[in-house]
Amino acid sequence: MADIIKKEPLIRIAKRAERSNKQKLIIRLLSVLLAICAGGIFILILGKDPFSYYAKMVKGAFIGKNAASPFMPFKETIKIMIPLLISSLGITLAFKMKFWNIGAEGQIIMGGVFASYFALYHYDMPHYLLFIVMFVAAMIGGGLYGIIPAFFKAKFDTNETLLTLMLNYIALYVIDWLTKGAWQDPESKGYPKIARFDLNAWLDSLGGVQIGWLIGLVLVVLVFIYLKYTKQGYEITVVSDSHATARYAGMSPSKIMIRTMFLSGAICGIAGMVQACGTEHTLSTSVAGGVGFTAIIVAWLANLNPFGILVVSFLFAVLEKGSTVVSSEFVLSPYCSDVLQGIILFFVLGCEFFIRYRFVTRGGRKND
Amino acid sequence: MSEEISAEIAVKCSGITKVFGSVVANDGIDLEVKYGEILALLGENGSGKTTLMNMLSGIYHPDKGNIYIAGKPEAINSPMDSIELGIGMIHQHFKLVEVFSAADNIVAGTKGKLKSKGAVRDEIKKISEQLGLEVDPDKKVYNMSVSEKQTVEILKVLYRGAKILILDEPTAVLTPQETEKLFNILRKMKAQGCAIIIITHKLGEVMDISDRVTILRKGKSVETVNTAESSEKQLTELMVGKAVELSIERPEPVNVKPILNVVDLTVKNSEGSIALDDVSFVINRGEILGVAGIAGSGQKELCETIAGLQKIEKGAVLYNKENIIGKTPKEIINLGISMSFIPEDRLGMGLIASVGMTDNMLLKTYKQGKLCFVDRKPAKALSKELIEKLEIKTPSTELPVRMLSGGNVQKVLLGREIHSEPDLLITAYPVRGLDINSSYLIYSLLNEQKKKNTAVLFIGEDLDVLLELCDRIMVLCHGKITGICDAKKVTKEQVGMMMTGSTMEEVLGIG
Repeated sequence: MADIIKKEPLIRIAKRAERSNKQKLIIRLLSVLLAICAGGIFILILGKDPFSYYAKMVKGAFIGKNAASPFMPFKETIKIMIPLLISSLGITLAFKMKFWNIGAEGQIIMGGVFASYFALYHYDMPHYLLFIVMFVAAMIGGGLYGIIPAFFKAKFDTNETLLTLMLNYIALYVIDWLTKGAWQDPESKGYPKIARFDLNAWLDSLGGVQIGWLIGLVLVVLVFIYLKYTKQGYEITVVSDSHATARYAGMSPSKIMIRTMFLSGAICGIAGMVQACGTEHTLSTSVAGGVGFTAIIVAWLANLNPFGILVVSFLFAVLEKGSTVVSSEFVLSPYCSDVLQGIILFFVLGCEFFIRYRFVTRGGRKND
Repeated sequence: MSEEISAEIAVKCSGITKVFGSVVANDGIDLEVKYGEILALLGENGSGKTTLMNMLSGIYHPDKGNIYIAGKPEAINSPMDSIELGIGMIHQHFKLVEVFSAADNIVAGTKGKLKSKGAVRDEIKKISEQLGLEVDPDKKVYNMSVSEKQTVEILKVLYRGAKILILDEPTAVLTPQETEKLFNILRKMKAQGCAIIIITHKLGEVMDISDRVTILRKGKSVETVNTAESSEKQLTELMVGKAVELSIERPEPVNVKPILNVVDLTVKNSEGSIALDDVSFVINRGEILGVAGIAGSGQKELCETIAGLQKIEKGAVLYNKENIIGKTPKEIINLGISMSFIPEDRLGMGLIASVGMTDNMLLKTYKQGKLCFVDRKPAKALSKELIEKLEIKTPSTELPVRMLSGGNVQKVLLGREIHSEPDLLITAYPVRGLDINSSYLIYSLLNEQKKKNTAVLFIGEDLDVLLELCDRIMVLCHGKITGICDAKKVTKEQVGMMMTGSTMEEVLGIG
């Protein structure tokens, strides 16, 4: 027994030196490339040509067949991007504070609900006044909904992840209740839906797409400045690091938490209003449609950088629009494009592991 | 023992290298310890002592190099392997189950059939008697003093049959008396043929207990010397890499007048038990008041109460005759009170780990300026000034401070606090884990403040330093003040006795 010398494990995981930004970028690009290859294999298995599939997919997100308006698909891509961009910016505020707000979905809905009240019952206001009123209402709706988990966390140290998640479902059922009750379209002959908004409550369009894209761009800049250069942004940094440090510096972490969650929810609320009044022109349970969850991935992938979010949310929209176009053209089930999106996300998110760690094999050690 | 005769060398490390990311923690370290010998592993913080020992106890795996136990090459892949090889590690932070009794803690995790309570008790008794350890097997750990917990830790590894003992800074939490007791136990174990490695950075202890000393510097083993043939001065030079002056200046206090008066203060800690018990004392301008006490005797609560972070039960804190209880931390900062508490992890309070020096400078002043924007220019200038004045090693003012080494982190914190020109500077453990040069730099910074007629409250760990640096020393024990005495007129032993509960009258009566 004494002769058996124990060997070290075959493979172990070791932390690697912090990589330079250039290396990180290369790894991330490589992961996208690998994702495309893996997706290609999947398409091959389905019996289609991956090259033309991808080509159609990219083209489908930008240019359509209709000669009169060839950029129609691109406009739709932007439409998909708008709520994603805005709500990603919203949760970024919370995430920067290490407050895990996964309730963007609910906050989007509440913003939509508050704005819809004016769109449904006070649409006779002057157009721009109505716009401002709806905008503010959406912010208040989303903001108040964001305050709830922040308040309980500040007062009783509840878990914000659970609370924000559960509030999503409550918000969803609020719409359901409105649809079947007080706000039901009287002309729908009993079918549970909310009436289409009056034209006066529709958002204007600019460059052929609803004005939400401009709101999104302005918010990118505002959120960037807010986080980087303002006193409140500084306070968020401190609170994210340690509540004890914040108190020590004379700040009130509870106050900052509630304020930041109001803003986070308010921005998500804007996304809801923009989606309801700009794209759907009515209110339905699909107003958020999972955007609040996708926004989490977008914000993370962009490393919580507002300009990064702009890029990532655009790429996500391209992926989504392109997938729908291509799956109809190739006569594939729409679930195939979901699988493909999943593959791409798996690679992109998985590459973060290789940025931080490396594998060391038993043999490899002797070489260095 | 018979199969180990051929191998009287208990542990031999040769060319051990361990890299964490870009940090080379151990760089080709050689070390050797025989059975029946005490080896001191000496080195400043960050020199790689703990990393090396963690490889012996199976927590890390070396990237390069070999470890021989009792003459045989071994790969230690897990703490279990390490225990089987007869290595026992006693960590700086005890790893005991608080709600278990001593005996349960000692048996927990051992292989084989669970023995009856009586058999375990007998065995513990046998080991205890051999070494003169005092422990009640049925006492619950949460009822134990720090020193008792340490005894349980030692018993735990001995019970597992360890012949090689590694102690990581075992005296950091002990009073001088308890330290002496521990050393006696170690000497007995040595006589029984154990190999002992003790990690420490206290030179006096090295001279006292060890047979040989291996000195680590910046991850390399620079030298191994026989203790008897060495001196504290030589060891320091080996450790630091250059000659250093080892005396602390103590200017005579001038213009002494009271600034802070703590009256009958009672404070409960976060668990609801009494942390400060009816404490009264005065801090004067132009003097350094030292606070001695075993860790957790109420030092933290004292700091936080004065800084306005802690609710109190009873009493008052008068600052320039005005009660500051009930004021917000912000108001207290504006009154000119500065508090810097270096917690065990060094970053917990006072600094923002994830951002650079510039933003850390802003922590208490970011609200200046009317607009809603933060003005970073003065902070950046201050950072540059501090980097130069305090020799802070950082490639840029924007590098997150968590990436700086411990010493530099503390310089950033203290530099900022002193720059705010407070009238009362409270500093807790400012040299915790610092290298010798940086420690002396900080002592001279504190003296500089004293000369500027600032009142300084210095909470320290090292009694030698407290006795040399401070004008008066206040001793805390379980939240009570057991004495406030003239630092020039007490000895280390007397302070040590007060730390364990004897009152000043008793101690000075005896001594």
